[in-house]
This record gives sequence, structure tokens and C-alpha cells, in this order.
Amino acid sequence: MNAAGMLRKMFTWRTQIRFHRMSPFEIFAAVLLVVLSIFMLLPIVYIINHAFKPYQELFIYPPNIFVREPSLQNFAELLATTKTTAVPVSRYLFNSVVVTALAVFLITMTSAMCAYAISKHKFPGHKLVFSTILLTLVFVPETVEIPKYLIVSKLHIFDTYWGHVLPLVAVPTGVFLMKQFIDQLPDELLDSARMDGARELTLFLRIVIPMLMPAVATIGIIAFDSAWKDATTSTFYMQDETMKTFPFYVETLTSGMANSVARQGAAAAAALLLFLPNLIMFLVFQSKVIATMAHSGIK
Amino acid sequence: MVAHAKIRKNKLMAALRTLWEYRVSYLFIAPFLICFIIFILLPVLSALALSFTYYNAIEAPHFIGWDNFRNMLSQDLILIKYALPNTLSFSLIVGSGGYMCAFMLAWLISILPGVYRKWFTLAMYTPSLASLVAMSIIWTPMLSSDRIGYLNSFLLKMNLISEPVAWVTSEEHLMTSMVVVSLWKSMGIGFLGMLAGILNVNPELYEAGRLDGIRSRLEEVWYITIPSTKPQMLFGAVMAIVGAVQMSTIGTALSGMNPTPEYAGHMITTHIDDYAFKRFELGYATALTVCLLTIVYLAQKLSWKLFGTKEDE
Repeated sequence: MNAAGMLRKMFTWRTQIRFHRMSPFEIFAAVLLVVLSIFMLLPIVYIINHAFKPYQELFIYPPNIFVREPSLQNFAELLATTKTTAVPVSRYLFNSVVVTALAVFLITMTSAMCAYAISKHKFPGHKLVFSTILLTLVFVPETVEIPKYLIVSKLHIFDTYWGHVLPLVAVPTGVFLMKQFIDQLPDELLDSARMDGARELTLFLRIVIPMLMPAVATIGIIAFDSAWKDATTSTFYMQDETMKTFPFYVETLTSGMANSVARQGAAAAAALLLFLPNLIMFLVFQSKVIATMAHSGIK
Repeated sequence: MVAHAKIRKNKLMAALRTLWEYRVSYLFIAPFLICFIIFILLPVLSALALSFTYYNAIEAPHFIGWDNFRNMLSQDLILIKYALPNTLSFSLIVGSGGYMCAFMLAWLISILPGVYRKWFTLAMYTPSLASLVAMSIIWTPMLSSDRIGYLNSFLLKMNLISEPVAWVTSEEHLMTSMVVVSLWKSMGIGFLGMLAGILNVNPELYEAGRLDGIRSRLEEVWYITIPSTKPQMLFGAVMAIVGAVQMSTIGTALSGMNPTPEYAGHMITTHIDDYAFKRFELGYATALTVCLLTIVYLAQKLSWKLFGTKEDE
């Protein structure tokens, strides 16, 4: 959709707002939600403002959430802090972009393929595979960090992009959400395509994936979110400084930050850079996410 | 006997033939399944195996039987006194509290007219997009213990407190701060799932309910909304468990140290980090991992019991 169309849509929303139509209960709910939204968003507003504060504003008393004289000084400092070291910040960012792109692509593709087969093929053992995935929905990767470290070291993928991406590829939640979404696609459509002589791969790429777009967008966002902010693969599997990612770099900036004045500006700028892509991704795909989540129930 | 063997052989051939027939399906699930086995199943199984060994990352692990678990119960005072109770109370408050908040918020959003929903959903979901790293940047200055801290400064200005409160560096306030920050971040995809579930409830059900004598909104929630969103509620519960475990290292991020001051925010997860990456007692650390996985598994079982739907529903 082009910008003009989006603006028009926003404008039509504005004309639709009618307060007098709401019942007292709805107004109560709205007020409660507004108050809560302020609490939820205040730190976010703060992080955006903080990144643009010049140094003299970062430490004024009393502290101020909103920036008075916005400047790009902090971003300049972020670039400058790495000038003296061997690895520039752009290298960390580049690594992060590569890792995130690879992870998003691999996670969505493998989840979609697996979910499609489980949902529509009914091969022997599909129930077993799905129930295992259901069981591991509560899997928290952080809990088995030690054996995972040993396995990654056995695979000899230290200091490679594979070492970043492969541990992230298996996302049980991804397959689960995709499977629930595919379940409601009509079988007849697939059967008629098969009758026309489509082979499974073409069927998958030309028919299933286009219909699956909301789910793909949703899993894509979840994958993007987890890959973009993940610092553990850098911490554990990357010894080479040039292979580490941006979140790891931000972590080194912020460690012990409570007691020091130095680099606070750079940290604020870095935090914004770390957070903004996630927010933008979610903003763009929000409606698709809600459409997918409607099928998220475990039956 | 020969006939038996023949029948068995035929059965085997038939089984192999069906497997071959579905070879495309197996190709489809292969990429995911291989990664799943290598990076999820294998780590869990090797954690089980390692938990019975003494392993310091330099020498090869050697088998010591139940010693790790015995030590856990008899020697590890910090685990019994701080990590275990902290983990239980934290996950109860953040897991189930966050879960109830998520449902309430989803329900409140769902009764508003459509145009507002999008913005409130965004407002509630946004915090969960912030990473743990970004969190410490946001909350460290907010909860800083001197009068420059945003919260302290605000409360001082309002004359609610007379001197700055150590929100994250003192024993008595760290846990509260952790819970507030975790709740702030807990409206994740479980919340989105429940919201979508509630929005999808057939409106005719509500009308039928009204004819059957349901008067208040609260009765509506109890008799219609909750039963018809059970599957989404289960998904939300499972995601709440994951969230609580993932958030449990927040104490370290907030106070900037592990162990946290006076062990006030000490969790099983931080206990594992402590043993694994500071003391290099990997065997004992994996035993703790197994313990945590068991707790998570039991919590999942419990939520299935509470919200699982029977076949006929």
C-alpha cells in the first residue's frame, strides 16, 4: 500500500471515532487501558528520547524523560567508541543483519514445510512428531545452554554464521502456529491442484505459501525478534571478535553502566538501534499477526 | 515357523513400502526435524546424562550416580534457602499473575470498538519486544538508587518518600522491582493469542446467553468467553510458563551482578549460570538444569489439566 492510501485510511479512522456511542462500561475500560498504556509505553518513550539527549541533558537533576534539544551526538559517539578498537560497530551491525536475515528465512521455511507435511500429508508418525512439538512448546533454550555448547563445539561451527543461525532454527512455536493455520485451509484446493498434475514442491511454493502469508509474517516476526536481540550465540559460540553481533556489543557497553558516566550516550543510542527494528516489524505486520493468532489454540 | 517369518517379512515390506510412499512428506519435515533433534532433543537428553557426572569442562566427565542430586538437597544451602523459593514465588507471581493480566487486558481490549483495539494492542505488546539488553538500559536509570533515578526523583518531588530508595540494589526491594519489570514485559504472543481467541468468539453465543438469563458482563466472561477460548487460554498458559523462565535472569540484569544482593533475586537460572560459567562445575549445573526442566514440565502438565479440552468438546 502506498503512503497516500495509508494516510487516507488513518483519516477515515479519525472520522469514525464517536465517543457518545460508547456505553459507560466501555468508557471505563478505555480509561483503564489508557492509564495502563501510559505505564507500558513510558519506558519506550524514554528510550527514544534518551537516545537523542545531548550529554548535558543525560545527567541533569531533576531527570527529564523528554528531550529538550535533540541531537545526534550519541550516535556519533557510538561510532567513535569503536574507532580505536579493531572491530568497528558497523561490523557488528552487518553480522546482526546477516544472521537475522538467514534465521528468519530458515525458520519460516523449515517451520512451514514441516507444518504443511504434518497437517496435510498424514504420513505415518505425524501424530508422534506433532505431540513431541507440543511437548517442547515450553522449551526455553537458555535452560540447556551447557549441552548445547558441547554439541555446537562437536559440530565445529564455532566462529561461523552457521554457529549463529543453526541453534535458532528449530522453533516449536513456529511449527505449532503454522500447523494450526494450515489446518483450516481447504483440502479440495490442494487436491484439485494435484489433479492438474502439480508436484508437491510446486504445490507448496505456488499454493500453500501464498495462502500461508499471514502465518509466515507472524513466524517471521517472532523469528526476527528472537534473532535480532539474541546475544547468547555470540557470547558462547564466537571467539572471534569480528563474528560477534550487535546485541553482544551493546551488552559490553552496558555492563557496569550503573556506576559509570562514560559511554552512557552511546549505550542509549545503541539501545534504540536494538529496539527500533523490532517495533517497526511488528507495526507493519500487526494485522497479519492477529489473523494468525486466531488459530493459536491448543486443542 | 517359516510361514510366521514370511508373514513378518511381508508386514515389514508393507511398512517399508508405506514409508517409501510418503518419502516426500519425510523430506518436507526433515530440515526442521534434524535441527530439532540436534539442538533441542539432544541437548535435553545429554543434560540428563551429564547430570549424573562430575564434569569440569577440562577432564572428561565421569559417572558419579545420584551425587549431584543428593548434594542439591543436602549441601547446597543457597539453592534451598534462596534459589528454589525465589523461583517458585517469582514464577507464581509472574507466570500466573502475568497470565491473568494478559487475559483481563485482552478482554478489556475486545469490548472496545474496533478502531481503538489496534493501538491498545500495540501499546501492550510493545514492551515484550524489548530485549533483555535493552531492558537494563531502560530500567537501570529509572530504578537507580540515588536521587537521580527517575522513580526516586519523581517520588521525592511528590513528597512521598523522604530519601532515595534502593530499588534494585537492596534486599527488600529487588524482588518487587523484578516482578514489576517482568509483568511489564509479559504481554507476549500468549496475550495476542488470547486476544485473537476472544475476538473470534461467535457473537451469537452472547445473544443466546442473554436469552438464557446471563445479565452481567462478568457472567458472560465466566460462562461464554472462557469456555469458548479454552484452546487459546492453554496456549497462553504455556507461553506464560516460557516467559517466566526466560525472565528469571532479570535480577542479574537489573542489579548488575550475579549473585544478586543478599541473594534477593537469586533464581535457579542464575544459580545454573553461577555454577556453570563461574565455577565450571558443569555436571552439577546440568543437574540443576534437569531440575528446572522437570519443574517446567510439571507446570505444563498442570496447565493442560486446567485448560485442556476433551476430544468431544
